[in-house]
Amino acid sequence: MTETRTASRVDDTARAAGAVVLTDVVKRYGRGPGAVTALDGVSLSVEPGSFTCLLGASGCGKSTLLSLVAGLDDLSGGSIDHVDQPVAMMFQESALFPWLTVQGNVEIAMRVRGVGRAERRRRALELLETVRLTGFAHKRPHELSGGMRQRVALARALAQDASVLLMDEPFGALDAMTRDLLHDELERIWREQGLTVLFVTHNVREAVRLGDQVVLLSSRPGRVLNVYDVELDRPRRIDSAPVAALAAEITDALREEVSRHAN
Amino acid sequence: MTAVKTEAKAVVPPVDDEELAAGRASRPRGKRRLGPGKPIPLAFLIGPLLLLGVWAWGSAAGWIDDRVLTAPWTVVTTAWERWESGKLGPDLLVSTQRFALGLLFGVLAGLVLALVSGLSRWGEAIVDGPVQIKRSIPNLALLPLLLLWFGIDERMKIITIALGVLIPIYIHTHNGLRSIDGRYAELAETLRLKPAAFIGRVVLPGALPGFLLGMRFAVTSAWLSLVVVEQVNATSGIGYMMLLAGTYGQTDVIIVGLVLYALLGLASDAIVRLIQRRALTWRRTLED
Ligand SMILES: Nc1ncnc2c1ncn2[C@@H]1O[C@H](COP(=O)(O)OP(=O)(O)OP(=O)(O)O)[C@@H](O)[C@H]1O
Ligand SMILES: [Mg+2]
Repeated sequence: MTETRTASRVDDTARAAGAVVLTDVVKRYGRGPGAVTALDGVSLSVEPGSFTCLLGASGCGKSTLLSLVAGLDDLSGGSIDHVDQPVAMMFQESALFPWLTVQGNVEIAMRVRGVGRAERRRRALELLETVRLTGFAHKRPHELSGGMRQRVALARALAQDASVLLMDEPFGALDAMTRDLLHDELERIWREQGLTVLFVTHNVREAVRLGDQVVLLSSRPGRVLNVYDVELDRPRRIDSAPVAALAAEITDALREEVSRHAN
Repeated sequence: MTAVKTEAKAVVPPVDDEELAAGRASRPRGKRRLGPGKPIPLAFLIGPLLLLGVWAWGSAAGWIDDRVLTAPWTVVTTAWERWESGKLGPDLLVSTQRFALGLLFGVLAGLVLALVSGLSRWGEAIVDGPVQIKRSIPNLALLPLLLLWFGIDERMKIITIALGVLIPIYIHTHNGLRSIDGRYAELAETLRLKPAAFIGRVVLPGALPGFLLGMRFAVTSAWLSLVVVEQVNATSGIGYMMLLAGTYGQTDVIIVGLVLYALLGLASDAIVRLIQRRALTWRRTLED
């Protein structure tokens, strides 16, 4: 049933590698009177190779949306359309296997694709350098700080070599400086590899700094309130005036939404 | 006044730090106010040594009758004499062998059953019930039946021990498997791990804490079963030696047997604990 709906709405060109098209996505948790409608009719079109940031109040369904795109959960309605290929996911709480070393956690993403041992090792160390964790390859996750764990998770997500990268508040636990550096790195990798990125954040400036489009979601039930196209030249600086101006506009809209919901 | 204000403003970094203020959970390490406190070196020896001290002191002071409980030094000399005369060695060897074989087969069986029932619903439906039934029947109660089926040879003893070992291994490994954080399964899913890699890299390491806990119960259970089978019917082994000593009223030999059981039990538990500590460095629990 979802298939026919998809076919009627999405033409084949939109199905190019990396494109993600959400059509009237509904997600309900539970049944009966206790059911929670996390998402209610979310439609969103993500161009291949674009950078989309999702903004919204806590609990509005951002993580839910990402796990639906990743195929970790079933839809209650609507459809999500993307080429059948693995998507890389960076979870909100940096999920690392605690029994593997940092390097092992990065390598496991490549093992699946049958990358040779030496190549895996080389690439893992390279990625760890990218996220500024050289020298931590043999540590275990419990020996790292929260922000370091998130960076390992980023390195692993990149190691998957997927064309779609889903990131759930990946830089939340980082200090402003490290976050700035990683914004630059992420932007570089995104451009070089032509990734499609779906990036959840609470930080409006971060969203404007990184996104081609910024999607504002409403709270309970989650719907798309507004989509802002960010037409600022790259590379952008998070503290530049144009970024701040657009961020202020979006913040106002977000604030209005949060207070509307509070009443 | 105004000057101070501008200065203070200039110090504020340009980037907003909402997230930093929100404070992601990052646990500080080191001093913990709650919990049992720092580990004591060789802690596991303190209790037994204290007990030994009381025993030695009681015997020396004459409070403990030698016929009731032989003095520790008498036990040592008796053990030495029996060892010298070549009576102790073979018994010890036979007992250790039974223990090791029973443990080996029991662990293998428990592990396989736990994997079968932990990884598939059908496996659980078929395996779990019978294991739970076996769990509620004491090994001692099964003995007459096992005797009938397997006679009185070594096979019967090893099977009895293995049956006792299987239960804790199964229960704890199965529990360990099932309580692996769902996040790891989701993670494995997004990494597109194949079933074999999922079992090898996620399921087995994830279930290792449970398995090793089961292993500690298993080792104790193996010694327990050994004592039972050796005293019910045997013509060799430490249990048999004690049984014989009982009929001749040799308290010292009985104590030698008890001490041997205790030492072997302690030693094997210590080995499992050591493995536990080595293998589970990635876990942060009240233990460390
Ligand atoms: N497994 C679940 N079972 C039941 N309800 C759930 C489940 N997961 C999420 N929800 C509900 O769905 C809604 C959206 O949750 P979600 O985690 O997607 O929010 P979020 O936008 O990511 O929030 P945050 O910014 O705080 O991470 C919430 O109201 C939550 O209670
Ligand atoms: Mg979330």
